[in-house]
Amino acid sequence: MDFAQSEEHDAFRKVVGEFADAEIAPYAEEWDRTHEFPADTVRKMGDLGLFGLPFSEKYGGSGADFTTLCIAIEEIARIDQSLAITLEAATGLGINPIHEFGSDAQKERWLPDLVAGRALAGFGLTEAESGSDAGRTRTTAELDGDEWVINGSKAFITNSGTEMTSLVTITARTGPEEISTIIVPSGTPGFEVEPGYRKMGWHASDTHGLVFSDCRVPAENLLGDRGRGFRQFLSTLDDGRIAIAALAVGVLRSCLEESLGYAKERHSFGKPIGSYQAIAFKVADLEVMTEAARLLVYKAAWLKDSGQPFKQAAAVAKLYATEAAVTATREATQIFGGYGFMDESLVARHYRDAKVLEIGEGTSEVQRLVISRGLGLPVE
Amino acid sequence: MKIAVCVKQIPDPATPYELDAESHLVVRPQDQVLDDTDRYGVEVGLQLAEANEGTVTLFSMSPSGSLQGIRQALAMGADKAVLIDDQALRGSAALTTARVLAAAIEREGFDLVIAGTESTDGYTGVVPQQIAEILDVPALSFARRVEAGDGKVTIERQTATGYDVVESPLPAVLAVTAGSVEPRYPTFKGIMQAKQKPIDNLTAGDLGFGDDDVGIAGSGQSITAVAPIAGRQAGEIIEDDGEAHLRIVALLEETKVI
Ligand SMILES: Cc1cc2nc3c(=O)[nH]c(=O)nc-3n(C[C@H](O)[C@H](O)[C@H](O)COP(=O)(O)OP(=O)(O)OC[C@H]3O[C@@H](n4cnc5c(N)ncnc54)[C@H](O)[C@@H]3O)c2cc1C
Ligand SMILES: Cc1cc2nc3c(=O)[nH]c(=O)nc-3n(C[C@H](O)[C@H](O)[C@H](O)COP(=O)(O)OP(=O)(O)OC[C@H]3O[C@@H](n4cnc5c(N)ncnc54)[C@H](O)[C@@H]3O)c2cc1C
Repeated sequence: MDFAQSEEHDAFRKVVGEFADAEIAPYAEEWDRTHEFPADTVRKMGDLGLFGLPFSEKYGGSGADFTTLCIAIEEIARIDQSLAITLEAATGLGINPIHEFGSDAQKERWLPDLVAGRALAGFGLTEAESGSDAGRTRTTAELDGDEWVINGSKAFITNSGTEMTSLVTITARTGPEEISTIIVPSGTPGFEVEPGYRKMGWHASDTHGLVFSDCRVPAENLLGDRGRGFRQFLSTLDDGRIAIAALAVGVLRSCLEESLGYAKERHSFGKPIGSYQAIAFKVADLEVMTEAARLLVYKAAWLKDSGQPFKQAAAVAKLYATEAAVTATREATQIFGGYGFMDESLVARHYRDAKVLEIGEGTSEVQRLVISRGLGLPVE
Repeated sequence: MKIAVCVKQIPDPATPYELDAESHLVVRPQDQVLDDTDRYGVEVGLQLAEANEGTVTLFSMSPSGSLQGIRQALAMGADKAVLIDDQALRGSAALTTARVLAAAIEREGFDLVIAGTESTDGYTGVVPQQIAEILDVPALSFARRVEAGDGKVTIERQTATGYDVVESPLPAVLAVTAGSVEPRYPTFKGIMQAKQKPIDNLTAGDLGFGDDDVGIAGSGQSITAVAPIAGRQAGEIIEDDGEAHLRIVALLEETKVI
């Protein structure tokens, strides 16, 4: 058994870590405060090749393994979850479906800019009335001559309204029992991006509701096979679970590092707070959670990279790592006392940001559903 | 255009140094990093190479270790590296270092040599000028903006109050300042490609030096003792009895701040 990552993984981890420290850390608090999507920094992440990591060199990608992408997401999440989710959603939800199921023409048209991080794509699955049960999509697309006419709306769509967004891919009903996926370029008449939500966290990440009113796109914008788009998309969800879990590992590490430093340095009753078991043991628990989450995530990534089944491992990693991250941010905030409740402290930002990790890309309940079904239980 | 960039592998400044008890030299760990100063030289070299269809060859005199520092510079995009590593070189002073580097650069051929203004660990700040003297070409120091082509190089030379524009024919040696350019981060592709790039390993002998020409023997100097620097003195607290401002002005005048 070998738990070591390769020399190249380590070297790249260092580069992304330095990038995050130098290009993101000094500004993250301000972006959080102003709810600004930092497009220039996202483009710099593009220059570093982050958006093309797991994609084919033919379209400008690096052809790296999935583990490498997880490393990049983890390193950025340590500093700023908003930019980590921007990367995670852009690759997993934005690029991946086009890379996997797109026609050559679609790939040639959209991928080079997306892979280079010059443009972003969103994926619109969730609707106001269908989330965990995304198969109940109400949005419709009807073929009229050589155009799809789309009507309906989507909710909570990441990366859908930035100045860099070139398209969203959406799921829509194309027949009574038929859901397909369709590419809608930004700026198409009848495609309206609603103002950004007021969110509890992830303030620098871009999230919008989308409205489609007689929105017409060419018939060739169908992504993948008619009536199979939804299933095809579901098959890529397992990757996203590992990536979100990697994001959670970054959060856990940050909580551990911050708390460890503060426990040594902050004095109360004349002694460092880390000399009290109540605090020291919290830090010990953070270490355990971080290590456990890390092992689950990179095991799942390794299963995927080595071509083995990883559905169960991905759900286990997502469930554990995200729930641990939420616990860790709460405990780290506690260790920081009053300072931990101040918006500008890193642990406070992590605390607000982390909660959604248990919700997005399959809630904790949905993960438990997947896991228990994986165990053969006939659960509803 | 053949561009030679001098890069130093140094122990990670973020980790504590250990001194050899006998030689008083820094114990070089396996993992050394690329001197941050030299990231600027590499970036300037890469930009000039891109503009002039040139090549960038790295030159480094250091214990190879895991080659981490050299690989970092190769991952940024340099084409190849020449590494001079030899036990006999241990304890080489700046001039000896310059002689060795100059010999390696001359052997390879060059139009332009780029180095940092001063290294992070040794910081004598003389190696680039010494290399120029040995190669018998002009030295341009404190370069911030650099342009090269048509057989000449033009720089903005940082001064205390602004900059001078300095021009020189090629070949020449250039010492760049930190802040001259924004060094690129290596991409994952760059890191993978760096593994395949050639690294030539040379000894002092390969460059025609005998054991006594280099290292402690050849440098004509040795470190006899090392002592920790005195801790900083506590500042002076001036109680304000109404006249404190006069005392402060006097102190500032004494230290020639005003
Ligand atoms: C910031 C943010 C970004 C997002 N980005 C995107 C995006 O880019 N694209 C996209 O398509 N969506 C996106 N989403 C939507 C997200 O995926 C959904 O919110 C999530 O899947 C849950 O759906 P829902 O909100 O409708 O909750 P519901 O499905 O209504 O769930 C409500 C509660 O009921 C539970 N529940 C539901 N069904 C069951 C069941 N069968 N058994 C047990 N419990 C159940 C859930 O776990 C949850 O606790 C985003 C959401 C947020 C907050
Ligand atoms: C076995 C061995 C052990 C060594 N141990 C030490 C040590 O303990 N401490 C130490 O400081 N040095 C050590 N060196 C390197 C060498 O002795 C110094 O580099 C030399 O004294 C230059 O001094 P400086 O760093 O002050 O140069 P500076 O003049 O301050 O450097 C200016 C620029 O010149 C270039 N340059 C300088 N040195 C080198 C080099 N070696 N290779 C490539 N480019 C260079 C860089 O671009 C640098 O930015 C060792 C070398 C070897 C082979």
